[in-house]
Amino acid sequence: MVGEGSDSVFGKILTIMTSETLDQGQMSCEEIRKNIQKYVDKWRNVEGSLIMVLHDIQEDIGYVPREWAMEIGKALDIKLARIYEVLTFYHYFKLKPQGKHSIHVCTGTACHIKGAPAILEILKTQLGFNVGETTADRLFNLDVVRCVGACGLAPAVVIDGEVNGKSTPEKIIEKVKSLQS
Amino acid sequence: MNTEIIKATINGTPVEVPAGTKILEAARKVHIKIPTLCKHQDLLPSGGCGLCIVRVKGSPKMFRACTTPLENGMDITTHDAEIVETRKTVLELILSNHPDECLTCGRNTNCELQRLSAEFGIRDDKIKRYVPDLPKDASTGSIIIDARKCIKCGRCVQVCQEIQNVWALSFLHRGINTKMAPCGDISLAESPCIRCGQCAAHCPTGAIVEKDDVPAVWDALHNPEKFCTVQIAPAVRVSLGEEFGLPPGTDLTKKIYAALRRLGFKAIFDSNFSADLTIMEEASEFVDRFTKNPSSLPLVTSCCPSWTDFMEKMHPDFIDHFSSAKSPQQMMGAMVKTYFAQKNNIDPAKIFQLSIMPCTAKKFELERCKEMKSSGYPDVDCSITTREFARMIKQSGIDFDSIPEEKADSILGEHSGAGVIFGTTGGVMEAALRTAYNVITGKNLEKEAIDIQSVRGLDGVKEATIGVGNFNVRVAVAHGLANVEYILDKVREAKQQGKESPYHFIEVMACPGGCIGGGGQPYGVTDNLRQKRMAGIYQCDRNCPVRCSHDNPEIKKIYADFLGSPRSEKAHELLHTHYQSRPIYQR
Ligand code: SF4
Ligand code: SF4
Ligand code: SF4
Ligand code: FES
Repeated sequence: MVGEGSDSVFGKILTIMTSETLDQGQMSCEEIRKNIQKYVDKWRNVEGSLIMVLHDIQEDIGYVPREWAMEIGKALDIKLARIYEVLTFYHYFKLKPQGKHSIHVCTGTACHIKGAPAILEILKTQLGFNVGETTADRLFNLDVVRCVGACGLAPAVVIDGEVNGKSTPEKIIEKVKSLQS
Repeated sequence: MNTEIIKATINGTPVEVPAGTKILEAARKVHIKIPTLCKHQDLLPSGGCGLCIVRVKGSPKMFRACTTPLENGMDITTHDAEIVETRKTVLELILSNHPDECLTCGRNTNCELQRLSAEFGIRDDKIKRYVPDLPKDASTGSIIIDARKCIKCGRCVQVCQEIQNVWALSFLHRGINTKMAPCGDISLAESPCIRCGQCAAHCPTGAIVEKDDVPAVWDALHNPEKFCTVQIAPAVRVSLGEEFGLPPGTDLTKKIYAALRRLGFKAIFDSNFSADLTIMEEASEFVDRFTKNPSSLPLVTSCCPSWTDFMEKMHPDFIDHFSSAKSPQQMMGAMVKTYFAQKNNIDPAKIFQLSIMPCTAKKFELERCKEMKSSGYPDVDCSITTREFARMIKQSGIDFDSIPEEKADSILGEHSGAGVIFGTTGGVMEAALRTAYNVITGKNLEKEAIDIQSVRGLDGVKEATIGVGNFNVRVAVAHGLANVEYILDKVREAKQQGKESPYHFIEVMACPGGCIGGGGQPYGVTDNLRQKRMAGIYQCDRNCPVRCSHDNPEIKKIYADFLGSPRSEKAHELLHTHYQSRPIYQR
């Protein structure tokens, strides 16, 4: 499996695009306006309505697209700059669509020494994305964390909240493959 | 109003101030300087940097002098060993995230962080330096943001949001990841930024500086093929001296002409002349609307490119009210490449026209739209700020202090007092009214009335009614774009109710104080400094034998020789432009 490059099943993941992963940002302004209206109506006269609207959108579609933020700004008469100040202040809000599964590679000192870089490398080459990115099919997110407190199990990789101790590139790729199907 | 007087002591000295006064200002009153970094006099204190900490007797914690109001009976210590040591640590922490690049920085020798490090005698990197690798944003062509040098004081954001109401910059993320940038991963050029440079003027460090166009000017001067010409803006002459240790407001017009000649410019012109030309066109437009088509009022001035950009982005419903007259910078360029070139038999393709401006937006104006090339060539080839010009003089070996005064070139150099007051808020209005008065009544304003005091000064919005013959002309003047809203809303409201506009004529300049407070002026601007520069401008006006644009003999000559009359076909072709609605966000 290792080193099969873009011919592997993971290479193929990148090219599969299904309709349900279609970027919300591709809607027309008209459609977006219609969509956000219900959120805006719900919270219109409530103090702190901005954050509630953003919260609901994050809950419902998993991130807050830029085009949506612009329409919210118009509907609530709030500057886009202010909306982003809120969006970027709370880690809760995502600005890009997130993958179905999250992969956090620990790069704390112990994990780094015990082989985290090799794991990161294989994930990057096999899935074709970088740290902080999501695969084109929206299946996986890749992130690094400083230390998950599992140094005894180094190197650790957290997949969907579950710690995989004493990881190897092979084991991780195996796990990722099982999630893909 | 709260007029309660607070009594306290600072470093053992009794002090009395009105309630609400912050410890910082109270200390200043008794001649004590508390070091500050994030606080700027134009802005509300944010308490961000922690440098201004002081001790209040009886309290275990330290207080920030910039945000803490003085209270009755407080016994304050501003300097002791521990306070100074803490301040030093604060600075060392800031420096540990700051690149070690003073020698190649745009603020070298003129940076608030650098000055404090020098004053505190910081000699080594006590804390290991970590500077995240962040890209520069040079997308606007006017200013360059180098986020690595940002100390997160928030001044730029406050200026951009509160004073200019543009909201191009925002305070994104938090903690160590905090950054001042346009929202949503876009470049500044794609944001609503109007290139006013007020963020650069208020930044304490080199994190936001003007784009340096000096190398392009040297290239032109060293190119034997080029015939180099130059114009200087009204506001530059009263501020340049600050770069050479002279008091703000010193009029250096004639020394500047001399320095320009020594730099190698073959013809030296003055934007004051083209300001007179702008007035001829704009006043004629105003009188025309006022007498023949009052429903098309108010007329709004358009010589500030940041304001024009702002209007196109945020208030396109005012497009029809904008004067189509180009700014003095562009009018001068158009005249140099047509009239001057023809008269002197010079190929306009070989002419290089530089403008020296108090302004970063003027760099952007050069390419604003196709009318900026109406002579068939770019009206103006390059625009540099007062700060860049000061550097050129220093690079050239000219001893500016002792250089004897010289005159500008004729014919695009002579100017009236009305031309020079363009450099300050209220000035364009005053200049236009002096000429409109003459056009409507056939007479000049009386000597005592020629200084139109009601439109002068630093109030954010100035409203006045000026008697012009049998008419009353209602005018409004705003500077600092946040002040514009009030005026525009009043006009809109009247329009909606089908009433006459509350104003006939509106002047707007983007920068607080007008161009004297421009984003390209020497650093350290405060209201006090603006006032001194403004006084210098009005002194220039009083010193002029001719006070009105229409009395400028060279203006008369250029209409007689070349343009015909104001708003003739030729004038329209060369001196006017158009506006269009633009999206606030390009992406
Ligand atoms: S140049 Fe003016 S508009 Fe642009 S970011 Fe700076 S302050 Fe804001
Ligand atoms: S860019 Fe300058 S003004 Fe803005 S926060 Fe950073 S240091 Fe302060
Ligand atoms: S007020 Fe003057 S200096 Fe400021 S942006 Fe406008 S033209 Fe430039
Ligand atoms: S000057 Fe008071 S906290 Fe920065």
